[in-house]
Amino acid sequence: MITIIDYDAGNIKSIVNMLRALGVKSQISGVAEDIVNADKLILPGVGHYDHGMRKLAEHGLINAIKEAAQVKKTPLLGICLGAQLLLRGSEEGNQSGLNLIDGDTVAFDRSRMDGKLRVPHMGWADTEKLSDHALSDAFPNDARFYYVHSFHMKTDSPETAVLSAYHGYAFTAGIAKGNILGYQFHPEKSHKYGMGVLKAFSEWVPQ
Amino acid sequence: MSAVPLRRVRIIPTLLIDRTGRLVKTVKFGKRTYIGDPINAVKIFNRKEVDELVLLDIDATTDGRPPNYALIEDIVSEAFMPVGYGGGITHDDHIEALYKCGIEKVILSSCLSEEVDLIEPAAKRYGAQAIVACLPIKKAFARGQKVMLRSGTKAHKKTPLALAQDVVAKGAGEIIVYSIDRDGTYSGYDIDLIKQISDEVDVPVVACGGARNIEDFVTAIRDGGCSAVAAGSFFVYHSKTRGVLISYPPAADLVDRVFKKLALT
Repeated sequence: MITIIDYDAGNIKSIVNMLRALGVKSQISGVAEDIVNADKLILPGVGHYDHGMRKLAEHGLINAIKEAAQVKKTPLLGICLGAQLLLRGSEEGNQSGLNLIDGDTVAFDRSRMDGKLRVPHMGWADTEKLSDHALSDAFPNDARFYYVHSFHMKTDSPETAVLSAYHGYAFTAGIAKGNILGYQFHPEKSHKYGMGVLKAFSEWVPQ
Repeated sequence: MSAVPLRRVRIIPTLLIDRTGRLVKTVKFGKRTYIGDPINAVKIFNRKEVDELVLLDIDATTDGRPPNYALIEDIVSEAFMPVGYGGGITHDDHIEALYKCGIEKVILSSCLSEEVDLIEPAAKRYGAQAIVACLPIKKAFARGQKVMLRSGTKAHKKTPLALAQDVVAKGAGEIIVYSIDRDGTYSGYDIDLIKQISDEVDVPVVACGGARNIEDFVTAIRDGGCSAVAAGSFFVYHSKTRGVLISYPPAADLVDRVFKKLALT
């Protein structure tokens, strides 16, 4: 069963809807004990970085997530802001992130972008694999997803940057380290492509 | 990535619902044609894998009603793409309730003429990308263009451009420029209007009103400078003899006739 972390900063309903359509069981919880004992975790997230981290702290979930991810090696999928929270922090704010994967979250660099392109990046983008990771099979050649963000992830090591998409320049669209995954796009808003990703996550058994 | 990838732009069906929860088409925000059940339409658009949907309750504000959450939830549950909602939003509580329904972005329009600003606090809490300002614009005789709120009946004091800059400064992450004069007329987008605003703001601008063919999408983006296009009547064909047909161009058509024509390099 997938446990979707409820910390009052994410669009949980749509994730539940898509999992239900896939016939995948899920539960929603904002309780630390449930997070520690979960089989699999999804960390959703929408909005300001600091707001997200503060909400996780308020709900007493930071240590629970770290314990689940680092000690119990529970499969953990961060989505959108949830993916960015896995890193050290963000240029968007001042709060420290969960620090589960080495890297930062940075603003889109407009000096590298054609003037016609806007921020937030909003829309569908083709997404390609930089290297293989646990859910690689869920990313066929024509994979595309819905993105909505003003900041993007930047890992310290190229090994943990597994997916790439383009908005003015190529940016890191997916990060992975063992049982911990983070995708910048919204699988729950990405039709069959997103369904493929959530299905693969539900079936994934880390070695 | 070796070459610059395909530039995909959003092509967004706009669904208008009336006070009884029925789907309608309008012409210049006036004459209404009843189309049918919005949930059915969303199911079809979902099957066709449309990019995104905009759902507008065109009576909520004038009726003094909050959003119809039950209907919105039912609609969102059929959509595996983002849905933006507007209509009757006058308070923070409405915004929070809408996100809980699964709405991706709230679309604020009539509340732009009220004293209390909803944009800034919502943008701080939910992020700019979740807040859209919709500016319905009409050419007023001898007074130039006006932003007409409350179903096109109440003029805002500021010029469309000034209001656009204002909402972006407050934190809106996207603007819909909706031409009332072109609405439902199949006469093409108002390129000058779109360009006027797109040139002066740095957030994505979505054009709406007047689309008659796929080529209009290209013109709006290439010449008007907007980032995405929305259309209502274009996707919902209604004829007395053949009923209602909901359509969306196939993905391959969009690639060949739109995306490839918009390459930046």
